[in-house]
Amino acid sequence: MPIELTTTRHNPGIDPTLHVWGWEIPVYLFLGGLVAGLMIIAGVRLVLVQPRERQAMVCCTIGPLVGLTLLSLGMLALFLDLSHKLYVWRLYLTFQITSPMSWGSWILLLVYPALLANALTHLPEAIPSVARRFHAFVAISDFILARPRVVIGIGLANIVVGVALGLYTGILLSALPARPLWNTAILGPLFLFSGLSTAAALLHGILVLSFKDGERPAFADFLLSSLARWSEGRAPDTRIAPLLTQADNSFLTVELGLLILFLLGMVSSTAASQQAAALLLTGPYAAPFWVLVIGSGILAPLTLQYLELQNRIRHTLAPAVLVLVGGLTLRFILVFAGQESHWARVASLP
Amino acid sequence: MRYVMVIDTRRCVGCMDCVVACKTENNVPEGYNRDWITEEVRGAYPQPRLEIRSERCNHCARPPCVSCCPTGASRVHRGGVVLVAHRQCIGCKACLAACPYDARFTHPDGYADKCTFCHHRVDQGQLPACVSVCPTHCMHFGDLDNPESEVSRLLRSRAHHALLPEAGCQPHVFYLT
Amino acid sequence: MPELSRRRFLKISSASIVTAGAAGSSLAALARTSGATGESGLRQVPTFCDICFWKCGCIATVREGRLWKLEGNPLDPLCRGRLCPRGTGGVGALTDPDRLRTPLIRTQERGAEKWKEATWEEALTHIAEKMKKIAATHGPEAMALFSHGIGGTFLKHTLKAFGSPNIAAPSFAQCRGPRDVGFRLTFGEDIGSPERTDIENAQCLVLIGSHLGENMHNTQVQEFATAVGRGASLIVVDPRFSVAAGKAKYYLPIKPGTDLALILAWMNVLVTEKLYDVEYVTKHGHGFEAFVAALAPWTPEWAYPETGINPALIRATAREMARYRPATLVHPGRHTNWYGDDAQRSRALALLNALLGSWGRKGGFYAPSTMAVPDYPYPEYPKAKRPKVDNPDHKYRFAHETLTTGIREATLTGQPYPIKGWLVYATNLLQALPSEAETIRAIQQLDLLVVIDVVPSETAGWADVVLPESTYLERHDELNVEVFKEPFVALRQPVIASPHDQKPNWWIARQLAVKLGLESYYPWKDIEEYLGARVKEAGLDFAELKKHGLIRGPREPLYFEDGAPAEFGTPSGKIEFYSNQLQQAGFDPVPKFTRPEAGPPGSFRLLFGRAPVHTFSRTHTNRVLSDMMSENAVWVNAAAARRLGLKSGDRVRLRNQDGVLSHAVGVKATERIRPDCVYLVHGFGHTARGLRHAFGKGASDAQLITRYKVDPLMGGTAMNVNFVTLEPAERA
Repeated sequence: MPIELTTTRHNPGIDPTLHVWGWEIPVYLFLGGLVAGLMIIAGVRLVLVQPRERQAMVCCTIGPLVGLTLLSLGMLALFLDLSHKLYVWRLYLTFQITSPMSWGSWILLLVYPALLANALTHLPEAIPSVARRFHAFVAISDFILARPRVVIGIGLANIVVGVALGLYTGILLSALPARPLWNTAILGPLFLFSGLSTAAALLHGILVLSFKDGERPAFADFLLSSLARWSEGRAPDTRIAPLLTQADNSFLTVELGLLILFLLGMVSSTAASQQAAALLLTGPYAAPFWVLVIGSGILAPLTLQYLELQNRIRHTLAPAVLVLVGGLTLRFILVFAGQESHWARVASLP
Repeated sequence: MRYVMVIDTRRCVGCMDCVVACKTENNVPEGYNRDWITEEVRGAYPQPRLEIRSERCNHCARPPCVSCCPTGASRVHRGGVVLVAHRQCIGCKACLAACPYDARFTHPDGYADKCTFCHHRVDQGQLPACVSVCPTHCMHFGDLDNPESEVSRLLRSRAHHALLPEAGCQPHVFYLT
Repeated sequence: MPELSRRRFLKISSASIVTAGAAGSSLAALARTSGATGESGLRQVPTFCDICFWKCGCIATVREGRLWKLEGNPLDPLCRGRLCPRGTGGVGALTDPDRLRTPLIRTQERGAEKWKEATWEEALTHIAEKMKKIAATHGPEAMALFSHGIGGTFLKHTLKAFGSPNIAAPSFAQCRGPRDVGFRLTFGEDIGSPERTDIENAQCLVLIGSHLGENMHNTQVQEFATAVGRGASLIVVDPRFSVAAGKAKYYLPIKPGTDLALILAWMNVLVTEKLYDVEYVTKHGHGFEAFVAALAPWTPEWAYPETGINPALIRATAREMARYRPATLVHPGRHTNWYGDDAQRSRALALLNALLGSWGRKGGFYAPSTMAVPDYPYPEYPKAKRPKVDNPDHKYRFAHETLTTGIREATLTGQPYPIKGWLVYATNLLQALPSEAETIRAIQQLDLLVVIDVVPSETAGWADVVLPESTYLERHDELNVEVFKEPFVALRQPVIASPHDQKPNWWIARQLAVKLGLESYYPWKDIEEYLGARVKEAGLDFAELKKHGLIRGPREPLYFEDGAPAEFGTPSGKIEFYSNQLQQAGFDPVPKFTRPEAGPPGSFRLLFGRAPVHTFSRTHTNRVLSDMMSENAVWVNAAAARRLGLKSGDRVRLRNQDGVLSHAVGVKATERIRPDCVYLVHGFGHTARGLRHAFGKGASDAQLITRYKVDPLMGGTAMNVNFVTLEPAERA
């Protein structure tokens, strides 16, 4: 016999089901994860690869520059979500140790200098036109490259801050115990690896767009191709493409594993968690989850990129687009379904 | 001192006077509720069981809305009362999402809002508005740390429950059954 | 018409009035400390509520020129310092944007809701001219007044001065009439309002269709909660599992329309098992042997197929009642126009109480008292040339108040004489009377329809002239000289000024009288002069009344055992178990059960009731109260809903047996109602365009009550005789 629950409460955004976060938060979490991935990839390149071997244009300059742009867009989305905007400065008058959002707001402050330093390291060789006009960029780059320890430091800073940022985008949700779907620490690594996979995919996509005309896919995205062209000077070294593909496949595999663990944890937990998981597995979010996240967001690009690595097919933009769409969908689904998941489902009646 | 509310579901008729009084006392805007009535029906006709509850913020001892607040706008005040400092709130809505009782909402002016246990009245020695108007006298308010208080006596002598204890927030609104 | 004895409670000695003043002043200290928040810039005014007719004392707090809140007056014996949700939400009546603002005169055909704004001078002159014309052609009796609540006092005065006796309120023929008749026939006295029920002291409380808690009559609900809190045994009989049922020891899921069968079976058990109060019955009863003989066939086994209540349960509950007698109160209810057998059912209920010995006993029915406040010394009214129009030849022998539906009938037929003008004060006839169509047809016969109200109701939509009244928080009114457990006199006084061109009813009634050349009937110029004179004549201090909002009088004995006189205003002077009056008039001297007619196959009987946050159809644009409940839902048994493929929240329309279709309304599929009936909270589904905020929200039971059954004893209109089916509606 089902329990009949009725409430007279009718708060906007709360009833009949919680929906206080719209598109802004999933977009912000997606972009945050993507930027985290870009930072980590760029950081790893700086730390592990010798300067001469670095061929750093895509990963270490365009990546961070794109990252700065995307992060700003993400923060704009976050700002748009705030309902008491004039008081946003309050974030920076305090540090609340128990609040992931407080952590996040301070981490975001560290992201900008780290990304900027990363971008500046190889800027003159990547974008000679800018360097010709502003000699300061050359001076900065020379200064940094002359000091291997600084390079390593910038690289490590990007890795550390990137990991923190990536984890934070998941922990932000998992620290809200009221929503069973979010109530798992796996969200941290899940969003981190999803961020890494989208970042690798984005870089790979940029790389594909900068291939010679004959190799460029017919459906090349106008924006991204012009971005690649904007670098004029030297064409990016396409030898890095398989590396990115390989990395992306590893990230996707880990992400898939984490998703499976996430769902296993849910379905083997309390009724509230089971109900929450059902939202994704069989409920209103099942179609986008299975199709866009699991199918075309993870399994399809894994297959395509495997075939690319086997040189059975050409490198195309397709896996990148699929991974990015999958990553964004994952954030939307988890944010929306998470809000709907509840300890006690209340049937509101007129 | 630990303020609690004890609500006798046997007496409550769900008339919503508590809700109306809260609205006028606290100028809660139209379309919003700081408190509300929940009716829970179990079993089948002709022998269902009906529990009517006046619900609101539970002023939890482990309030997730406070721990997730990035600016410290949500705080625990004297007597365990959870309050929101409007001018510190940025409207991030994390606290709304953090509350298993969905007790908070975004005020039309932008900040997070909810039941205050009418601390402005309590500080003057009055009862919260909802308690003071209840025509069935089903609501009680007082200090749980005082073993002689009415609420302490009621919780000692009567069977009671709180809402969603499994959410782990240690709610401090109790329902006598 | 039998002679009914003058009510005993009016016999108040002059000595008690002197002590009243003393009692009042001793409470002054309490009043000063009550409700005061000590905040500066606050002003507090005591007055009494008018969101319903209960008239609870309230204290209004004004902050910076705006009404902030309303709280119960702790001195008031009715509310005991705590208002009901509607009273607390009275703040919203003041700020309701849909309020009438200025007098309106119709410019197009009736019902088109097209008016031009007018000045009071224009509007009242227009009305007075029409009234004079009606009087000249048809006589002054051709004007009728429909009124509800204490605010109607002065309009009644004006109409009586004009020479018409045709003044009615829906509270009789559409509400408590059958109950009062049933109890009069048995005990010789009414139940009154507030009801003389001693709920707080009852050991066993029986509610038959009465949904206290949803029906938010403040004192009763407070006492009900006290009784429940004390652990009193509660027996609830209702086709719907009401809020009260949720607290009951015994819930009897009765088949609608068969309550009388159950009451007869209960009495059969009490008599057969000799569980009744033998001493009380012997001492006060009349015709008991004949009564016992008449009861013989009505066994629980007989009642089982009629009511659906198991005989064992009937016996158990009868014994439960007997166990706690005389502190067993079988509540008489209030709105009792259900199935057409209502006066007889109420009489059976009175008889059941008589068997239990609860009348005049603690925990049963107490003897109310009042304070002697003489009427204002008005000149004598002109003698009406013709008797009241509503009940020709005393067709309804036991109707002791005017029948609204009788006036409507006379308006329609012109018999026994034509009615050509209606004044309608603070009652929405289209939602209050059954059969909207008949009311509208009657309105079409009129030369003048004037509606005086706070909000533009459906009835106002048909008016020729609409007059905007000030809310109760903006006006004085007649004194409330309460008849209650503890007597008191209460004052309604303005808290704040009316925001637009609204006027208090006393001013409207007086101005109209002046226009009609009846100024001599208003020797006072100003309401305070009138009230002051009455208060002074009663030996009370007006200043004190203004300061505290009320003055309490001394308590009188409430129960026979305390010295309340055991007098009965019946022809026999006793409790009439067997009624010679009824027998002589050709009715059953001891009630008999008639099986109610069933509805068409597959239909549900339409039941309706109250929500605690609304009064009638008057409060739905009050933004505070509409925020509590802006729409009703149709209650459908969960299993029945499943069969129909419906779930909670689905939108349906109700179609009644005559094809009338309701507005779209949400379904509440619930385990709290029988599968053979559906339930709506009354007052929703507004069709008046001026009620912008409430327009079209929910379904109106009134719209679906196209049929009604008239009580043969007293002319009450039974309304639970309509049947509906549900059909899916497009999403609103």
